Amino acid sequence: MGSTNSTLSRIPNVEELMQETGFTPAHIVRLYDRFEALDKEKTGHLRPQDFGAINRLAMNPIGDRIIGSFFSTGQETVDFHSFVRILAHFRPADKNRPKDPSMPQPVNSRTSKLKFAFQLYDQDKDGKISRAELLQVLRSMLEMQVTEEQLESIADRTIQEADLDKDDAISFEEFRKSLEKVNIDHKMSIRFLR
Amino acid sequence: MANYCSSSSMVDLWLTTAAAARQHVCFHLIPRLSGVVPESCLLIVVGLLVGGLIKVIGEEPPVLDSQLFFLCLLPPIILDAGYFLPIRPFTENVGTILVFAVIGTLWNAFFVGGLLYALCQIESVGLTSVDLLACLLFGSIVSAVDPVAVLAVFEKIHINELVHILVFGESLLNDAVTVVLYNLFEEFSKVGTVTVLDVFLGVVCFFVVSLGGVLVGAIYGILAAFTSRFTSHTRVIEPLFVFLYSYMAYLSSEMFHLSGIMALIACGVVMRPYVEANISHKSYTTIKYFLKMWSSVSETLIFIFLGVSTVAGPHAWNWTFVIVTVILCLVSRVLGVIGLTFIINKFRIVRLTKKDQFIVAYGGLRGAIAFSLGYLLSSNHQKRNLFLTAIITVIFFTVFVQGMTIRPLVELLAVKRKKESKPSINQEIHTEFLDHLLTGVEGVRGHYGHYHWKEKVNRFNKIYVKRWLIAGENFMEPELIAFYRKMELKQAIMLVESGQLPSALPSTVSMQNIQARATPRLSKKREEEIRRILRSNLQNNKQRMCSFSYSRHTLFDADEEDNVSQVHLRKMERRVSMMKGRMSHYLTVPADRESPRPGVRRVRFESNNQVFSADSVPTAHFEQPSTPRTPDAVSLEEEVPKRRNLKADGGGPRGTVSDSNQGELNYQRLARCLSDPGPNKVENYPFMS
Repeated sequence: MGSTNSTLSRIPNVEELMQETGFTPAHIVRLYDRFEALDKEKTGHLRPQDFGAINRLAMNPIGDRIIGSFFSTGQETVDFHSFVRILAHFRPADKNRPKDPSMPQPVNSRTSKLKFAFQLYDQDKDGKISRAELLQVLRSMLEMQVTEEQLESIADRTIQEADLDKDDAISFEEFRKSLEKVNIDHKMSIRFLR
Repeated sequence: MANYCSSSSMVDLWLTTAAAARQHVCFHLIPRLSGVVPESCLLIVVGLLVGGLIKVIGEEPPVLDSQLFFLCLLPPIILDAGYFLPIRPFTENVGTILVFAVIGTLWNAFFVGGLLYALCQIESVGLTSVDLLACLLFGSIVSAVDPVAVLAVFEKIHINELVHILVFGESLLNDAVTVVLYNLFEEFSKVGTVTVLDVFLGVVCFFVVSLGGVLVGAIYGILAAFTSRFTSHTRVIEPLFVFLYSYMAYLSSEMFHLSGIMALIACGVVMRPYVEANISHKSYTTIKYFLKMWSSVSETLIFIFLGVSTVAGPHAWNWTFVIVTVILCLVSRVLGVIGLTFIINKFRIVRLTKKDQFIVAYGGLRGAIAFSLGYLLSSNHQKRNLFLTAIITVIFFTVFVQGMTIRPLVELLAVKRKKESKPSINQEIHTEFLDHLLTGVEGVRGHYGHYHWKEKVNRFNKIYVKRWLIAGENFMEPELIAFYRKMELKQAIMLVESGQLPSALPSTVSMQNIQARATPRLSKKREEEIRRILRSNLQNNKQRMCSFSYSRHTLFDADEEDNVSQVHLRKMERRVSMMKGRMSHYLTVPADRESPRPGVRRVRFESNNQVFSADSVPTAHFEQPSTPRTPDAVSLEEEVPKRRNLKADGGGPRGTVSDSNQGELNYQRLARCLSDPGPNKVENYPFMS
């Protein structure tokens, strides 16, 4: 307990962070340890190279997108707070949360998780996944194994299937609808202790 | 000879009775009743009637012979279950399933056995001669959840995937525990004493039995996959290999007293992805149909025999013992589930709710395995009849009472049901995307979690295993592409069914040369038209719900499937062989969108082995009985060589205004996108389905 408290005291605004993200002190400490482990030069900030050093991310087809998602537009570095905020999306949802439409969605609700995933597709942040963006994602996931033609057909069919308002792009609502059968809470949550 | 004939005709008679009984029971007699009462109950009742009839005649009704049961009746059901086991939910919940299967069954066995022994100590019951080991043996027999019964009941209620896989998985995996406990206690009760060493050995035995069973199954599965790699010239016997290897796995492991059920499951699970990549479409269909058929027949026979055996079997009724057994089974199940869930929920990401727990507890049905194990007890075992009676009572209670009431309870409690969903390319893509995302986030987090290991297994599979077990070039094909192809073919089949595509082709027509490849010369406008048509088709087209269900009774299959896929396969063959030439054709089949049947429309294609140079554009005609009707009919030129002497058209594609059949366009789309450089070995295009 002592070390937890001392670690916590080193983090500025930790109460606010816990409030906002719903992490417990134990979680925060773990994340802070990880943050420091990644931050090899001890600058208190993470740069893209620090993320790039993670082997598993380097092998990941969408690794660069994931890394990019940590850095908000214009920022060159990620501080601990942003790091935690992004990871908070993947906390399992609280089942007993009262559904209050007036309150803003907590960061690990189903909608927020979906929104995060959506933003990974939508690189130019126009609120829609265009055909080109979809093609890019497909290309990176399927690597070299398919022809351009096949990719195009798949992209076409995907858009046709999901696109309800016929604007030839997938909006967030359409995205959400196409995943309504998937248990997003299950699919987009990871363990934070141990 | 006469004897042989008569015994095999007896078998035949039984089978016919079973099949007929099932048919009538399910569909004809009382359709509404079969909605309320699960089939298993009805079949047991039929069995009771048949048994009663035989007794009235004066004959000795046959009892469910354990040999017959374990060697012939059980394997098909288990293989069917294992082969079509939904892997993703299973692996996601495998920890929970194992906890329920192992610890839950152990708890049940000891609780029931122990308390029954305590009961037997009471003088008034009159069973003081039953010793502890016998009670524990009885407990171990009656405590295992039965896969056959679970399958029969759960199939109809369409519970959500999580609960289904939990109960079902548990019923499959607890076989190892049952086998070990049963053998142990039987040995012990012969010997009479138990030492600590024996207990320790028992634990070791458990691990050996279960892991050994899985290993045996996996080995046979790999062998089957490896064999299927080379069966491209002998397509006809492909299904045989699947069945043979699975049955050998079962027999081998039973021979070594390992868990046969786990071997069978492991074999089916391991073998499936590779075998399906290798075998032909027809073989796949054969396997599917045979498995469903055998498991259906087996299930029917098992339940009927249960009924008959109840009438026949020697009974020793002891009110107290039987009633207490039933109560104890229920109580121990409920307590076990609640207790275990409490512990498990600390480790799960998605917790099990009270409703889930209730269904898991309530769905713990006992069935024929318990009866057969009881029957196997040596006949000079004291109290065998007592045990058998009690087992049968428990089985009846769970199957009838719990089986009948589970559906109304599910509806009453508003438990989440299974969502029927069309296979959606969106879902596939996004799910794969999320898999990558989660793996990446786990990497950032520094955590070796579920996704990490899944990724590792996939990578291992892709790099090392697929290379050896999948024929031809197919091992490179990513899953997404296979899925997409599957989808497109299914849609083509549906379109054939709904009549938008000519399915029965006269012999003179050979649709063998439908070249469909998009070329850069497709003008922008053309592309737009294509896209618009396809989009509108997708909305208009009434797509049948294809649910990937593990129900035995729903098979997705159109009778047309083979027909179309034949056509399709031949098409593919030709297309690939034509890939050498630079053909620039794209296919449109204008047709009547409104008409429900293709009518008298004749579409003429001809095979053509010539190579066209890039700028010659042959045209083809279509004879249409009907005139264009739809206002927004868009045309796309169909360019298919009509005769040997081509009519060069110069210029570009020429559009003729006529009806466009979206369905056919879709088919064309299908054809087009499948015009990839496929495997070089063309004639035996393996089909993944």
